[in-house]
Amino acid sequence: MGIYLPIAEMSVNMVVLLAMGGAVGFLSGMFGVGGGFLITPLLIFYNIPPGIAVATGANQVIASSFSGALAHFRRGTLDLKLGTMLLIGGVVGSSLGIYIFAYLNSLGQLDLIISLLYVIFLGTVGGLMLVESLRAIRRTRSGQPPSAASAGHHNWIHRLPLKMRFRTSKLFVSVIPVLGIGAGIGVLSSIMGVGGGFIMVPALIYLLKVPTNVVVGTSLFQIIFVSAYTTIVHSTTNHTVDVALAFLLMVGGVAGAQYGARVGQKLRGEQLRALLALLVLAVALRLAFDLFVRPADVYSIIIGSV
Amino acid sequence: MLLRVLSCLFVLGLAGSVHAQAPEPLPEGIQIGLSTDNIYITSDFSGADLTIFGALENPNTQVLRQGRYDIVVVLEGPPRPTVVRKKTRVLGMWINTQSVAFRDVPASYSVAMTRQPQDITDPGSYRRLALRAGNIFLQPLNPAVDETTLGEFSTALRDRKAAAGLFSERIGGVQFLSQSLFRATLYLAPHVPVGTHRARAFLFRNGVFIKETSTNLTIRKAGLEQRLYEYAQTNGFMYGIFAVLLAMLTGWLGSIIFRKG
Repeated sequence: MGIYLPIAEMSVNMVVLLAMGGAVGFLSGMFGVGGGFLITPLLIFYNIPPGIAVATGANQVIASSFSGALAHFRRGTLDLKLGTMLLIGGVVGSSLGIYIFAYLNSLGQLDLIISLLYVIFLGTVGGLMLVESLRAIRRTRSGQPPSAASAGHHNWIHRLPLKMRFRTSKLFVSVIPVLGIGAGIGVLSSIMGVGGGFIMVPALIYLLKVPTNVVVGTSLFQIIFVSAYTTIVHSTTNHTVDVALAFLLMVGGVAGAQYGARVGQKLRGEQLRALLALLVLAVALRLAFDLFVRPADVYSIIIGSV
Repeated sequence: MLLRVLSCLFVLGLAGSVHAQAPEPLPEGIQIGLSTDNIYITSDFSGADLTIFGALENPNTQVLRQGRYDIVVVLEGPPRPTVVRKKTRVLGMWINTQSVAFRDVPASYSVAMTRQPQDITDPGSYRRLALRAGNIFLQPLNPAVDETTLGEFSTALRDRKAAAGLFSERIGGVQFLSQSLFRATLYLAPHVPVGTHRARAFLFRNGVFIKETSTNLTIRKAGLEQRLYEYAQTNGFMYGIFAVLLAMLTGWLGSIIFRKG
């Protein structure tokens, strides 16, 4: 069943988009991430122009993270103060990201940078997570208690000034790394069209030592606002948000997320992390393949003066 | 979906010839007509066939009997600046390194013809008429581009357009319905550009170009699609807010529906 996308100005298959949204929603519900890092590359594979895929991906992420954050808010596993601090950094970062995005677009290297960022970040995060979770699985098998993120274990980040207390997270930490993480993810959010959950979650767990149960809700909370901000700025400056496309993905995604969350609850933490790591690595490899293997056609055409 | 654009038929010209007593025959002509000047792309659009009807005026009966009249119909999309980029290998990665910008490239170019192109007329004649995708005049934005590069990128542009279905040629796409009435079926690709398209019909007799006629046709997005597009262009900020609210509403509804279920 075809549907004409008003902004992308092309006809696409509605069932494919719903299924795409559903599959990504399922995975995002299962792993507690927004799913932007999956949806944007998938849209690009499906021949949606990268600029539109990025901006629309950010729009779609709002729906799934809003739905997820609501559930965490009801359960009390959302640190509003930490989320707000991350958000302040995020808004600054994503404003910067929008300028970088427009600049790269004018250079004609946007596709390359998006692919490279994906390969680098997904590759690194996926690799690290896989190693960590496999170690955890091995530890559990050999009967030792899991020793991840213990409160007494401090690193250099905890010696920085301007400390602030975050009650829900049971944390007393400097705001500098918090704002920094927020800003870094904001930049990525606008260039890559992701909420940044796949980087935020490990960063909060491993760098700030935020308790795992609070991490997902807090990360989703900040993702809502950063994605919303990114969507509005992209829409204002680049006119690249396709609501018809985003809506189809959202409907599939919100439905898929609910089933994913149920499956996710049946798996153990380290198993879940190992699976997520494999998924992230698979996307990175697929993108690296496109970058390093000779493309079917070395020429491409762009309509409009650049 | 088959878009059938019925035409007004130009039968008047045929009737007129009966009264012509003079030995000098009236010159042959060609007419095409569209019942509508607008085609709307609706949300279920996924490419379509456009049918244009037309008629020969004052045809020579003997040439008609031998089937030596040929017609080529072209639907040319609005001119757009177009950039062709080429990827080369840098540090093992395939990166866009070269590009040539062209001005006023027809966004689409769909051709229908009565028979094989070489049976209608010779290549030189197509070139003079700038007819068929290979003969479209491609002008680079920067006049300093050298011949070889220009040739390479022009070919690439035509190839990519053809691969997207935007440059197409349909042999046998023009059929005679009677001795002087004909029907041309042209392909509109799923990515057909919106804007003013020009339909042109070329008449050939025994391989010689006789006459050309043209008419305009506007392809536009249907109501909701068009309004969304215009709104996104003119009022990007409010459009963004709307997109965000829609996402939040969808997320909220989803969490409610599925929590109860």
